[in-house]
Amino acid sequence: MGRITLDKVTKSFGEVQVIPPLDLTIDDGEFVVFVGPSGCGKSTLLRLIAGLEDITSGQIRIDREDATHVPPAKRGLAMVFQSYALYPHMSVRKNIAFPLKMAKMDAAERDKRVDYAASVLNLTDYLDRRPGQLSGGQRQRVAIGRAIVREPAAFLFDEPLSNLDAALRVNMRLEISELHNTLKTTMVYVTHDQVEAMTMADKIVVLHAGRIEQVGSPLELYHTPRNTFVAGFIGSPKMNLIEGPEAAKHAAHTIGIRPEHLDTSAEAGTWEGRVGVSEHLGSDTFFHVHDTGLAETLTVRASGEVALRHGDRIFLTPQMDKLHRFDAEGLRIA
Amino acid sequence: MARKVSTRRKAVNTGIAWTVGLLIFFPILWTVLTSFKTEAQAIADPPIWFNFHWTLENYVTVQERSNYFRHFWNSVVISVGSTLIGLAIAVPAAWAMAFVPGKRTKDLLMWMLSTKMLPPVGVLVPIYLLFQRFGLLDTQVGLIIVLTLINLPIIVWMLYTYFREIPVDILEAARMDGAGLKDEVISVLLPMAVPGMASTVLLNIILAWNEAFWTLNLTAAKAAPLTAFIASYSSPEGLFYAKLSAASTMAIAPILIMGWFSQKQLVRGLTFGAVK
Repeated sequence: MGRITLDKVTKSFGEVQVIPPLDLTIDDGEFVVFVGPSGCGKSTLLRLIAGLEDITSGQIRIDREDATHVPPAKRGLAMVFQSYALYPHMSVRKNIAFPLKMAKMDAAERDKRVDYAASVLNLTDYLDRRPGQLSGGQRQRVAIGRAIVREPAAFLFDEPLSNLDAALRVNMRLEISELHNTLKTTMVYVTHDQVEAMTMADKIVVLHAGRIEQVGSPLELYHTPRNTFVAGFIGSPKMNLIEGPEAAKHAAHTIGIRPEHLDTSAEAGTWEGRVGVSEHLGSDTFFHVHDTGLAETLTVRASGEVALRHGDRIFLTPQMDKLHRFDAEGLRIA
Repeated sequence: MARKVSTRRKAVNTGIAWTVGLLIFFPILWTVLTSFKTEAQAIADPPIWFNFHWTLENYVTVQERSNYFRHFWNSVVISVGSTLIGLAIAVPAAWAMAFVPGKRTKDLLMWMLSTKMLPPVGVLVPIYLLFQRFGLLDTQVGLIIVLTLINLPIIVWMLYTYFREIPVDILEAARMDGAGLKDEVISVLLPMAVPGMASTVLLNIILAWNEAFWTLNLTAAKAAPLTAFIASYSSPEGLFYAKLSAASTMAIAPILIMGWFSQKQLVRGLTFGAVK
């Protein structure tokens, strides 16, 4: 079991409150991702759950038991750190076995579990090496192995892929998702990368300045962002947010349209503008359109290769059923 | 781009380095040379460099007149003892300062360091009276206590600097893995800090070995280490230069040999944290 409940949890460092009162429930077996910009409090929140930081007020329950004042080792959680945090003086085998040794498990059972974890993570050939002799991806797998062997109630991941190169990051992302499917254990994952959040999560928690902006499935967040912050944060390239008279035409303070929901034409459309910088990804083309009469530069996502050059005239038309409307407080208008 | 250094510049630099090195080494060389001369040759004017009749007579006399090995043993007990006790106190202190610093940690560290700026003679009388009161004069225990306290700020500072370089994540990972404070320190922190501990131990042994002020003032015969042994040959009257040199050579030889073999460790320890 791995149900985690946060009940009016707050955290202050001195006079500064970094987490205002916050409620959240993470269900057993869920893959929950905390996402938000740097300094939004997502890592702090994870550390509060881990017990590495004390909460200022409120309650944390793990499997309905009050864990607020339980030390990290006794919470039944395992954590994978951004820096891997492997013990450099121990072999891979000893690293993975360390939590079991601390639990005073007998050597035979320890070896059995280490061998199983190593086989799952393709580390069998590296068990006698030291962390310094491994690549970044292998080190991250050792860190995950050290978490797996404990058979924890939940795994906590603190930006585990941010030190890896782009290609390896994609592989490890798949491996972690695969691991979640195999183990079916609760996973709480912190990242600032919304692509990681969208691709891995059952449930995303969007954080901003210590507050939860929205909780929902990746597609809920994509289709019905609760406010302009979530609308701008989820989705890549980010949603075009337009204020002023154009928004007023739709009885809103701000309207939002995702780059992939703007139709293009060379002859006619709602907004006429000129093409600025184009980014060619092969599968897609992103181009930035200026001089539309709007205050904002619009980003457009077109499928495949588009033969538009810098300075070309273009007409853009938003797909009306995909238009998002927000009030003056930035909240979604139903 | 790497900076190019001309051969001429290199030669000049090498020359300067050798000159400075020899200047620093010269007193030791001269002491060793003098220890193999007769007393008359030792004070000859102009000085005799290498062209003299080499003799071991001074060493024999020194060993006959005073028990070198007893002094040597006192030096070993006092320097190693004060270092070990110092470590036992400094490891938890440095751990706390490095990983759970309080508001006044920096002030505390500075205060500890400031005690090294106080001239020892300023506290000689009270310490002497305390030693007299508690029967610690001329005892190994007394010297171990005083040298532990004197060198403690340096041990704490060195360990603190080393511990600060150890990523907190690793200690937190140990905590998550179920390690209590004891396991965290013994199984994770200390093995990672071995290089730092080694240089701290070496430096502290050297400092304690060479400590003269307190050993001369607080010992007479029983607990006197090698520094007191050397001093016993320093006399305003009579010809004792060669014997004094022999005694000095015998006193510094063990620590010089130890320093020679551990110089890599020592240099690393003293420059730690200067560059990443």
